[in-house]
Amino acid sequence: MTERGSGPLHVVGQPLQKVDAGPKVTGAAVYADDIALPRMVFCKILRSALPHARILSVDPTVARRMPGVHAVITGQDLPIRFGILPVSQDERALEYEKVRYVGDPIAAVAAVDEETAEAACHAIRVEYEELKSIMSIDEALREPVDEPIHDRANTRQLVNIHRLVAYEFGDVDAGFEKADYVRQDIFFFQGNTHLPMEQHSAVANYVDGKLTLWSSTQVVHYVHRALSKTLELPMNRIRVVGATHGGGFGGKTDPFAHEIVVSKLAMLTGRPVKCTLTREEVFYTHRGRHPVLMWVRTGVTSDGRIAAMHFKSALDGGAYGSYGAASVFYTGTLQTVTYDIPAYRFEGCRVFTNKAPCGPKRGHGTPQPRFAIELHLEKIARDLGLDPVEMKRRNFVKPFTRAVNWLRITSCGLEECTDKVIEASGYRTRRRRPGHGMGFAISSYMSGAGTAIYWNDMPHSEVQLKVDRTGVTVYCGAMDIGQGSDSVLAHIVAEELGLQPKDVRLVTADTDLTPIDLGSYSSRVTFMAGNAAIEAARKMRLLLVQAVAEKMGVGDEVEPIPVGGGQIGDFDFEQACVLAETKYGTLTTGGSYTPPRIGGPYKGSGVGPSPAYSYSAAVVDLDADDRTGIVTVNKVWIAHDIGRAINPLLVIGQIEGSVYMALGEALMEEQEYRKGRHKWPSMLEYKSPTFLDTPEIESFLVETIDPEGPYGAKEAGQGPLLPVIPAVNAALFDALGVWVDEVPVTPEKVLRALDRKTKGESPRYGPQKFPAIPYPELIRVEPPDPHDMRVGAELANA
Amino acid sequence: MRNIEREVQREVLALQVNGERIQVLVPVHKTLLEVLREDMGLTGTKHGCELGECGTCTVLIEGLPQLSCLVLPIELENRRVTTIEGLTQGSHLHPLQQTFAELGAAQCGYCTPGMLLAATALLESNRRPTRDQIRAALAGNLCRCTGYSKIVEAVARSIGLVRD
Repeated sequence: MTERGSGPLHVVGQPLQKVDAGPKVTGAAVYADDIALPRMVFCKILRSALPHARILSVDPTVARRMPGVHAVITGQDLPIRFGILPVSQDERALEYEKVRYVGDPIAAVAAVDEETAEAACHAIRVEYEELKSIMSIDEALREPVDEPIHDRANTRQLVNIHRLVAYEFGDVDAGFEKADYVRQDIFFFQGNTHLPMEQHSAVANYVDGKLTLWSSTQVVHYVHRALSKTLELPMNRIRVVGATHGGGFGGKTDPFAHEIVVSKLAMLTGRPVKCTLTREEVFYTHRGRHPVLMWVRTGVTSDGRIAAMHFKSALDGGAYGSYGAASVFYTGTLQTVTYDIPAYRFEGCRVFTNKAPCGPKRGHGTPQPRFAIELHLEKIARDLGLDPVEMKRRNFVKPFTRAVNWLRITSCGLEECTDKVIEASGYRTRRRRPGHGMGFAISSYMSGAGTAIYWNDMPHSEVQLKVDRTGVTVYCGAMDIGQGSDSVLAHIVAEELGLQPKDVRLVTADTDLTPIDLGSYSSRVTFMAGNAAIEAARKMRLLLVQAVAEKMGVGDEVEPIPVGGGQIGDFDFEQACVLAETKYGTLTTGGSYTPPRIGGPYKGSGVGPSPAYSYSAAVVDLDADDRTGIVTVNKVWIAHDIGRAINPLLVIGQIEGSVYMALGEALMEEQEYRKGRHKWPSMLEYKSPTFLDTPEIESFLVETIDPEGPYGAKEAGQGPLLPVIPAVNAALFDALGVWVDEVPVTPEKVLRALDRKTKGESPRYGPQKFPAIPYPELIRVEPPDPHDMRVGAELANA
Repeated sequence: MRNIEREVQREVLALQVNGERIQVLVPVHKTLLEVLREDMGLTGTKHGCELGECGTCTVLIEGLPQLSCLVLPIELENRRVTTIEGLTQGSHLHPLQQTFAELGAAQCGYCTPGMLLAATALLESNRRPTRDQIRAALAGNLCRCTGYSKIVEAVARSIGLVRD
């Protein structure tokens, strides 16, 4: 890769307007449901009304004969199972053997309009044999009355346990023996959902043996693979295009039944087919935050240094695997990149239940343990009479070290983030009114997963650049879901070629036209596509500079030729392109990014490693009413170690959005079930914060310039959500002297905790016990030398 | 062209949308949202629930914000409807569109048309709203991306209100 001089940056670091702001404020942007093609027909999906049942028969005869119906398909038409993870290929686009949650797809209709399709769905006769449903972690841990949710004849464990993991890093028992004080707590984090404003939508067209799918997906590449598998079409006959995206937050990161179904219907009818989910279907499609019950025990020395930690989690996974095999790891692995834990035992369990499948939501598997650990340490500090901020600070990880579970930590701005929010908020000095409190918490998050979802050694992101006499075009598979990945690509290419972002054309998220990017999940795009774009742009820059140098008669002396302000040396950019095109012919360059192999030398070390971790700290200021239990958040101060802000306007936007979403989870949002059904599958009943519920948010950017990030950048989209939730509960204790060890903190829970306090009982509302779980034998891993930064694979082979 | 395999009562409706008088033949039960998007090609109006809960499909009827998913066009003959496409004069952005773009008040952009129209209605009735009045006027419009603050600032900046 050609290195660029360390000159000043002109575009990177500027708070510039998003490149796609224009179409979005004028209504010109085309989202998936805005697509209308000639002869298009509409699809509706018949979904299970029962949480758990065997399907005895599906009879589409009447539906097929209805006027206006073009096709009806059932499970027999799409029998091949799929799923986002290779280890969890457990879903069918349409199920024909059994249904596992209310909302499980059974049949689909293509008709002249949605109403006809809906009417035809109602005319499909399904005979069920209802089975006892399993609606909680406790129920899933018992032998089922009827049959297990999934046929798991080979399993040696309890049949509704999906995944069990158990690790020990270092000597935990010895650590506890050294400890002066040991405390254990139990916490529960209720599930909640993404609630993107845009309902999922997909349009398929099948012309001349080739399928095109436009979808509101975050992962065009994984949808491409799932379509190829389920439709038995080679990938070169399928094109997946990401339409303008109306919000994901992790909720559009799986391949979905409706995407496969419209494709199949387009192939059968020879017409374009569209399916847009209703809001109720979006609630049942879910893949949102797992409900997680957590048990944590920590031993500390008298000065508050962590000596050992033992953490157990139980995840309610819902009906299918989805990302769950990774989610269970995420509840345990990242504890060690926030606090320096010298000995750590983690046991995790994910169970199947007859609810909508859970998956990744902003923070994927880490907001729940973050909530638990932060409150747990807060309690330990108070038990020992230590200042919680200072006690936590004593345990912060240090930059450029390795954690006990081998995770490699590079840049880390925890100290600076803490200083910023403590100082700005007046956490130590502000006088508290009655019922008024402040709380502090920290967090870390990955800048992209270090391993792909399916095992391969190929790049995770690739960028191609085309330059000719008409300008610059960037091609990249990255999907802009509103976070601004298109803008990041344009910023980087503009920076390297001495242009402005508006001068750069973008072709993104189109599997026919763009090279691979794995998608918008795990906060990976800025880091990975950004690095790929830098490589492609620097190669292009060299071509342009060399052509200009030759014309200027300075030969190979390329260094002194300045690039910037639309000029390359003595020539404007367009002239430089003409010179380079004349000299080299077609001007195309490519760049790619493969994360370093930094996982530890043990099985299961693939979940958690990231090329860099972001860090955040937050202070929440709130008032809690001891008569009503109502909590009102007044202000949130948040500092985020972004590495470097490529566009601070967009970074602040991600931070503010994260804080808002965290407050929704902390105070009101919950995906709760009653009699097998979602308790409130509508936007009115599922409470989320409005303008009136969202307080002032003051954000601070901390730049630590990560050595491997693009210009030093790290992630911003997920990490800032994490500290806000525990900071709310800590502030509640500060305000009323009660602990609510459960999320969301509803007024009822606050009042119950206050009631106990009044009666002289433990001033706490929260789970009382953690179930007995048959965790397997611990995999014991020797910790690394914390200062040895060589990659894990190298060390493992040594 | 209509597929008439299924019997549906249709009416010819005369609507005034974005200053144009338009005649459409539509089933009487179709909502304004559906008619705008499906029969007039005005897909700038979005939908998040189609139940009147999220504010995404807000349009202006006689200058007042209304949820187009709850309005039947048959009630609207000769009443002025403004959609996001009518906010732009030619290719010239409305000041609100300008500040929404500049400040990053549109992330995914899906709630943006409804927000812009609700904000337009506010500024028509109150030229100098406070930030609290802005929040109150937009409280029926949900946004999941921004945390709302950039939207409040964009409305404030469009009328020259600097940060307090």
